[in-house]
Amino acid sequence: MKKSLILGVLGLAALIALPPFLKSYGLYLLSYWLIFVIANMGLNLTIGYAGQKSLGHAAFFGIGAYTVAIVMKAGLSFWLGLPLAVFGCFVVGLGLGFPALRVQTIYLAFATLGFNTAVWLVMRNEEWLTGGTFGINNIARPSLFGLSLDGNLRYYYFILGMTIVLGALLWKLLNSPWGKAFTALRDNPIRAESLGVHIQAYTLLSFAIGAAYAGAAGALFASLVQFIEPAPFTVGASIMMYLMVVVGGSGYFFGPLLGSAVGVLLPEWLRFAQGWYLFVFGAAVVVLMLWLPDGLLSIPDRLKAKRLAREASAARAASAASIGASS
Amino acid sequence: MTDFLQLVLSGLATGSIYALAALGFTLLWQASGTINFAQGEFVMLPAFTMLGLMAVGLPLWASFLVTCAVAVLVLGWGFKRGIADPLLKFGLMPIVVATIGLAIAMRNGIRAGFTAEAHPFPSLFADKLFNIAGVTITLIDLGTLAMSLVLVLGTQAFLAKTVTGRAMQAVAQNTDSATVLGINVPRMVFYTFAINALLACAAALLITPTYLAKFDMGEPLGTKAFFAAIIGGFNNSRGALLGGLIVGVAENLASAYISPAYKDAVALVVFMAVILFKPQGLLGKKEERKV
Repeated sequence: MKKSLILGVLGLAALIALPPFLKSYGLYLLSYWLIFVIANMGLNLTIGYAGQKSLGHAAFFGIGAYTVAIVMKAGLSFWLGLPLAVFGCFVVGLGLGFPALRVQTIYLAFATLGFNTAVWLVMRNEEWLTGGTFGINNIARPSLFGLSLDGNLRYYYFILGMTIVLGALLWKLLNSPWGKAFTALRDNPIRAESLGVHIQAYTLLSFAIGAAYAGAAGALFASLVQFIEPAPFTVGASIMMYLMVVVGGSGYFFGPLLGSAVGVLLPEWLRFAQGWYLFVFGAAVVVLMLWLPDGLLSIPDRLKAKRLAREASAARAASAASIGASS
Repeated sequence: MTDFLQLVLSGLATGSIYALAALGFTLLWQASGTINFAQGEFVMLPAFTMLGLMAVGLPLWASFLVTCAVAVLVLGWGFKRGIADPLLKFGLMPIVVATIGLAIAMRNGIRAGFTAEAHPFPSLFADKLFNIAGVTITLIDLGTLAMSLVLVLGTQAFLAKTVTGRAMQAVAQNTDSATVLGINVPRMVFYTFAINALLACAAALLITPTYLAKFDMGEPLGTKAFFAAIIGGFNNSRGALLGGLIVGVAENLASAYISPAYKDAVALVVFMAVILFKPQGLLGKKEERKV
């Protein structure tokens, strides 16, 4: 625990100290990564902790982004758009939770995937609202307490701050009795129900809170790229988010951090492979799953299990030797 | 009215191809619990293999047969041993993500290593029109429909009538009892993977002339196959046929009478209606909750 605390502090220090030395593209990538960390924290709650199957997370991401874009195009403040995006996604997420009360596993996955397609079609086809395939451009960056966040570096720090606040909130939630109820729901819904966990309410909440996180991420995304169109919010994007959560380690608090790095930064590092980089990426994901089916963050657990097994066998050998010597 | 009949018929033809992909999908799920997110790519890859073989001078039928053999080896045996077998014991999530990775790799491997363009593909059937009572029918639609019906019903007959087919069904229903009865479970599961690969080859042969061979052709096809499988009933192979036909006809009618922009939403609406009112699918059996 102490080791991971030190690692966390070091990582945070690096995230604060290094960006001023980055070029603008590097800064953009880091901001982009943090936005996916926020969205995937929400998805991790839904699939990793509450055990639901969701392949529609990019729809909420999109709803958040479009909400902010439309609100700001109407001349209103980002600070109105952000809560609206979060609240709107929370409500829609509650709605999406309802199929989850009736269907489970793969059926639920496809229900959410279908929801994503529907949202995407609306974004693409309803030009009066969303600008259709032309999208919405010139989305402004917000300012905070009179301080303009226009510069890339300032906006990066703003996103970093939001990530930390939202992460801390999620940490609080997961370590409260509510958090325990979510994992109980995942591990055995029938037992959870018999212990008095209101499983309907918790299923809906797991979707709604997850969606709210995606909404916040979408709102930040709209202001980061300043131009949105339907393409980043397709079913493919939802599938990628699912992939990121599982690759990072679903049900591990810091899983989204690593998983988003794999989904956002790894393809960039693989650019040297040129046309082949997505092929290499796909193959890497397959290999990673074969090697670590529980995700990257299962490595420490695995090492620990190995150490315990080694110690146990050493102890067995020692006791066997001592018995052998005394007889 | 004649328009309507024409739309229904061409919808049936497309739907029957969805049914082929959907059938393979449900078979894999029943026999082994594998969810294959690369199902569409399993159709795309044989299409390009056939194109490649034809480019070196093989006739269509020969390249189809060679492709079938390769597909059984690679998409059947290789996929089972390399990905499904090691991951299935870890539950649904790792296999889903691994097949997603596989789909990305296949799609972009073809794009980078072969071509990013759409390629024409020779049709099995002549470009001929029939006119029956004012309804124009293309031979391609008719032939496609007939061939996929034969394949789907043939697969079903194989499962229901032959000893091997029945053994495969026994494995799908209860692996433990099947083992006790002396059925070679791993072999039956392999047969399922092989049949899935063969159905994918057949689907490639039938759909590529209309949709052209392109690296991303698998994506819409895979999604439609999933929807078709669930609409019909995930644990019933006859459901895949029904679901495929429903999706094909519904989207054809909707793009003509409602709006082409929302064509893709139709499969979705049908799907939502089905899972809300009959979650096990139109022909599926209800699955009990297990503690």
